[in-house]
Amino acid sequence: MGPKKQFVSGDEAVAIGVKLAKPLVIAAYPITPQTIVVERLAEMVESGELKSEYMYVESEHSALAAVMGASVLGARTFTATSSQGLLYMAEVLHYSSGGRVPLVMMNANRSVALPWSIFGDQRDSLSLLDSGWIQVYVEDAQESLDMMLQAYAIAEHAEVLTPVMVNLDGFILTHTYECIEIPSEEQVEAFLPNFELANKMDLGAPKNLFFSSSPEHNIGFKYQQHQAMMQSKKIIDEVDKKYEAITTRGYGGLVDAYRCEDADTIIITLGSITGLVRDVVEELREQGEKVGVLKIRYMRPFPDEEIRNHTKTAKSIGVLEKDISFGYQGTVFTNVSSALKESKASLTNYVAGLGGKNISRDEIVTIYKELSEIKETQTVRFVGVEVSKDED
Amino acid sequence: MKTKLEQEEYFYGHKACAGCGGSIAVRLALKVLGKNTFVVLPAGCMSAVSFVYPQLCFGVNALISPFASTGAMLSGIYVGAKALGLKDVNVVGFAGDGGTADIGLQALSGAIDRGDKIIYICYDNEAYMNTGVQKSSLTPYGARTTTTPAGDRIHGSTSVKKDMFDIVAAHNIAYAATASVGNIPDYIRKVEKASKVQGTSYIHVAAPCPTGWGVDSSDTIAIAKQAIDCGLWYLAEYEDGDYTINKNVKEFTSVKDYLKKQSRFKHLTDEDIETIQVQRDKKWQALRKKAQ
Repeated sequence: MGPKKQFVSGDEAVAIGVKLAKPLVIAAYPITPQTIVVERLAEMVESGELKSEYMYVESEHSALAAVMGASVLGARTFTATSSQGLLYMAEVLHYSSGGRVPLVMMNANRSVALPWSIFGDQRDSLSLLDSGWIQVYVEDAQESLDMMLQAYAIAEHAEVLTPVMVNLDGFILTHTYECIEIPSEEQVEAFLPNFELANKMDLGAPKNLFFSSSPEHNIGFKYQQHQAMMQSKKIIDEVDKKYEAITTRGYGGLVDAYRCEDADTIIITLGSITGLVRDVVEELREQGEKVGVLKIRYMRPFPDEEIRNHTKTAKSIGVLEKDISFGYQGTVFTNVSSALKESKASLTNYVAGLGGKNISRDEIVTIYKELSEIKETQTVRFVGVEVSKDED
Repeated sequence: MKTKLEQEEYFYGHKACAGCGGSIAVRLALKVLGKNTFVVLPAGCMSAVSFVYPQLCFGVNALISPFASTGAMLSGIYVGAKALGLKDVNVVGFAGDGGTADIGLQALSGAIDRGDKIIYICYDNEAYMNTGVQKSSLTPYGARTTTTPAGDRIHGSTSVKKDMFDIVAAHNIAYAATASVGNIPDYIRKVEKASKVQGTSYIHVAAPCPTGWGVDSSDTIAIAKQAIDCGLWYLAEYEDGDYTINKNVKEFTSVKDYLKKQSRFKHLTDEDIETIQVQRDKKWQALRKKAQ
């Protein structure tokens, strides 16, 4: 049987992708807007279409610790979280990447309290950029499903052995229904190798794992961890090409550029806002504006070279992100600026959509217009915040 | 009582202090459980003394979990082993009193709630010994620690030791027991029993710390025995909803003698000791009532 089509939400697409990867152990703790993923997986286990052990854990911290325990025995696992839950996991994020445990986790990008908000921005995962996880941000339901499968292939690759976090914008992507194509079991079998962990806990050859190390040795382990993450750039590309060869869907690896090749003005994006920005690019192109949009897919490993390659003609670059590192600038912007330190283009940071605030088509048009006129560089602009005259 | 133990050592070459009660509890339990065992240790004395690369001291599969995660990682290993079809394995955790009654309590509660077939052993040395003797919620009333100094204002620990045995029993756990390195045959029997239980088991083993308690390193076993004899520790089991007292001490020996042997209690007045005796008597009254 070939691929079939289904009308699903982003969360459901994740659940279907996970099901196809056949994890043996699932542990998760509910948090909006991730819940539908774990509900669907529970239904699949109940119906027998997914043969997994489903663990009811009492917290996100325990969810991640539990899947680590199962993974080091050589069992493929899955967990999912969002926002406060991801932050609660923070210790275990570092722990699992340092232990080189190839976990796969879905994160529904959601704002971080206070003030409380269940709606989406990307401050949760971006604040954990240094936790040693590969971070990929997807744009639509199809990419959500496809990236779950690619995530396992990347994380478990012998040269990578680094956990992967697949990020979906809360509600905008997790709860929006789209028609997607579901790969057949045969396609998945051809794409995703069985999980084989060379250094697993083994009754025949016992291991002592997750040890302490002296200052003398510690930096050596950290060097290896960094090398593996850098090496993953090549693997990410290979995995995407292999996936494309089997399913006809490829995503371009670390970045996805749209009409950047001759663009004067480029907006750099992350996640689901890209679709709308692409529409604006088409409109402006019809009016003769030389504009483009560059979607960053992976924040770690960071695609510095790819960003340089796709922005060669640009005179003005804007980074549009749902994030702010208080006291400086958006984290995506900081990273992009460092990649473009030798670029002549002016760089502007647009902070938007915090706490789920809508980013409108008109705002994006305005940003392109501003960018085409801007000369100075390194400024942070909040989109959609009315500043009174007194404060200004 | 005859006790058979494996000759094989699964925990050796570690750097625990002389007379360490915790290391005795780990070594003996592994001799009972044997080579098909997966061990989880959180941050704490036992991981600190045995797990510094490249000097790794477990002869069985073992790992350090995050401090709060002993219960969760034990569960993950158990469930992973089940999913992979591994048969006849033991999954055992060794966590200290702080790792169990403070930071690890939530994950332990979750594991008992799931009923996963794991053995959780709390080696209780009554303070955060690894970090230099700070008070935990299992530090007994009156004890001096580095965070409960024995001055006029603080005068040692002012809270009464939590009862982890009661706490886990209240989960309706499959098997729970208290034990002590002062009664090794009893401890070994309980570890063996735990390995046969279908469901979660919890053993709370009193494990004196000569360094933190201020006793001679050759007195670990003796002081653990004395704690049982004077009634400040008890040996009991909880199984299928029933409580059993393993050693129903008819006449307690002197609490004062027990306390005054340890420098952590040196400052206690007769009035303090009277308070401790009253606490002891209440505890035993409640325990005997439950075991009726």
